[in-house]
Amino acid sequence: MIACGALAVTVAWLASRAIAAPPTFVIVTLNGLTIAALYFVVASGFNLIFGLMRFVNMAHGSLYLLGGYVAFEVQQKLVGGNSAFISAGDVGITDWLLPLAAACGVVGLAGLVLHQVILRRAEGQELRQAVITIAVAVVLGDQMLAHFGGVAEDIRLPEWLERGVSLHVYGVTYSLFRLVVLAIAIQLGLALVLLYRRTRFGTILRAGVDDREMVEAIGINIQVVFAVAFGLGAVLAGLGGVLGGTMVALAPGEDSNFLLKALIVVIVGGLGSLAGSAVGALALGLVEAYAQTYLVFGERNYTYLAILLTFGLLIVALAARPEGLLRGRS
Amino acid sequence: MNAAAIIVRAPAGVVVAVLCLFPLLFSDFVTSTIGVRSLFLGIAAASITYLVLHAGMISFSQTALYGIAGFTMANLAAASGGIEHIRILGLDLGESWGPWQAAGAGVAVATVIGVAFGFVCRASYGIYFLMLTLALAVLTFYFFGQVPQLSGFGGIGNVPRPHLIGNPVTDPTPLYYVALAGAVGIYALFRSLVQTPFGLTLQGIRDDPIRMRSLGFRVELHRTLAFGLGAFAAAIAGILSVWYSGQVSPGSIDVIRTIDVFAIAVVGGLGRIEGAWLGAFAFTTLDYAVKRWVGDALGSALDGVTRFETWFGIIFLAILLVSPGGLVGLVQSLGRRIHVRVRRQRQMPDDLTGPAPRAIEERRQRTDEG
Repeated sequence: MIACGALAVTVAWLASRAIAAPPTFVIVTLNGLTIAALYFVVASGFNLIFGLMRFVNMAHGSLYLLGGYVAFEVQQKLVGGNSAFISAGDVGITDWLLPLAAACGVVGLAGLVLHQVILRRAEGQELRQAVITIAVAVVLGDQMLAHFGGVAEDIRLPEWLERGVSLHVYGVTYSLFRLVVLAIAIQLGLALVLLYRRTRFGTILRAGVDDREMVEAIGINIQVVFAVAFGLGAVLAGLGGVLGGTMVALAPGEDSNFLLKALIVVIVGGLGSLAGSAVGALALGLVEAYAQTYLVFGERNYTYLAILLTFGLLIVALAARPEGLLRGRS
Repeated sequence: MNAAAIIVRAPAGVVVAVLCLFPLLFSDFVTSTIGVRSLFLGIAAASITYLVLHAGMISFSQTALYGIAGFTMANLAAASGGIEHIRILGLDLGESWGPWQAAGAGVAVATVIGVAFGFVCRASYGIYFLMLTLALAVLTFYFFGQVPQLSGFGGIGNVPRPHLIGNPVTDPTPLYYVALAGAVGIYALFRSLVQTPFGLTLQGIRDDPIRMRSLGFRVELHRTLAFGLGAFAAAIAGILSVWYSGQVSPGSIDVIRTIDVFAIAVVGGLGRIEGAWLGAFAFTTLDYAVKRWVGDALGSALDGVTRFETWFGIIFLAILLVSPGGLVGLVQSLGRRIHVRVRRQRQMPDDLTGPAPRAIEERRQRTDEG
């Protein structure tokens, strides 16, 4: 009841802001949707690894950042030669797609190694997995800091992707790439639903999570399926890293930031539920975007408290519904 | 006393003697960077170990609570960047407080907030509990970062220390003994609670909360209070850390610091409270060694960067893979190998989370099926 009331008040308040300044509202909403799309891409991999397969992978954020940095490095080699700065005019679409492929490959491989060499030793032991992957994250984070430094970097786009497009709504122009990220996230979500629900691989995976012994008894090598699924989850983290590195930036600390965001999304949505992750990502992205803009009451500006609001809502959600908003039904 | 008993007791005696005479045996620098830091980091880690070992709760909030105590003290004492004139809810609390009063208030505030955190988490178990406490820790970090009236990202510096402690930079000996007293006090507190009705109930809840509830015990109340107790220990560590460094900032309670303290508890071993200080000693010694020797050897090659975090991560990983029981587990198995009967052999459960979450999970599956 209280939650519904609070939601109604928030919606009414946002509507009043929207009527007061429609173009701002459109841009803020799009910002929220596109950042939610990025969170969803990262969280969908985390959802597969943690939510579905129950591997507590606290190095997921490191895989995200690793993907971004690999793409950044490959792009530097492809375009810039040795010079540190490259201009948008020099970048073709292959100079963005090749780094993307390289990043997905490297991160997928890193995920496979992590799963095969380290995590399989601690199967079913959640806390051990958590601390082991934390150690991996510490080492990876420190090594990336050593190689790429503390300055924020970003992956460059071809000029035609970087520009804004007119939306013909209140005369708003908006970044084409951010809209592409939104489209990628939607397509990815649909593809994953099909993969889980309509393919043999997805069926075996879900069956293996529910009852491993039975699946093995039928004569299926479940370890191969788990390894591929873990690799896929890592590839999604790498993809997220490239999208995030292009859309936002790559910097030390982004690893723990995106790990936390993925945790929030997956836990608020409910472990293992893809629809829940989508709802969680949307909630997180929109709350962040609106709070960063609209927490202004007359003279008083509270936008610096936006991040507190996000985590406050997470804690309220977790304390009220420890199993997630949409409990995964398998 | 027979020979075996002497062999068992001798190492413990040596450890106690070294702990008591540490400032006399080592230089001021070592006393400060290894001695004092091991003691207060050990207290913080011990609060994690206690909660895991006796209550089955894996908390990532201890560093945040440690920070709350530090920030409260720094704000109340006349520190630069703290509150100038203290007024809370219209209550005038005067210009600034003495260091001891401010420290007492810091511990009290952190304990009360710890009870509140415990109340929020009282019904969560296993990995959900871990995530909830992590979220609370991050919330606390951002809170102090974003609220300039209490800290802001720069933090608070020049926190006055009690006269007794003086200046640890010139003479760390008084602070060492204060920290040692704190560590012994917390250790004694945790040990003395094990056999009390409260401690036994808590262990029952750790092993099977559902059975304890049906026996009529107030499960949530016990978990909340246990968390408050952990917060009290963490607060003591926080006060000591601020006295050690003279400042406190959001950087001292960020995710990296949270992970460090958690790693200390795990590296030391979650099977015994003593493990926390063993882990802290390993952590500070490694820090010292990396800066001193690796830094010297590779300093020019790596442009002076010592990469302590990498070394710590690798060693942390190695210890975890070799010995699930941490350093305490290593010491115990070493003890067994040289045929010394360790008085009480505690078997670490294979899964460090202990049986509680598993019991719940099985029960849930059974009810789902039935």
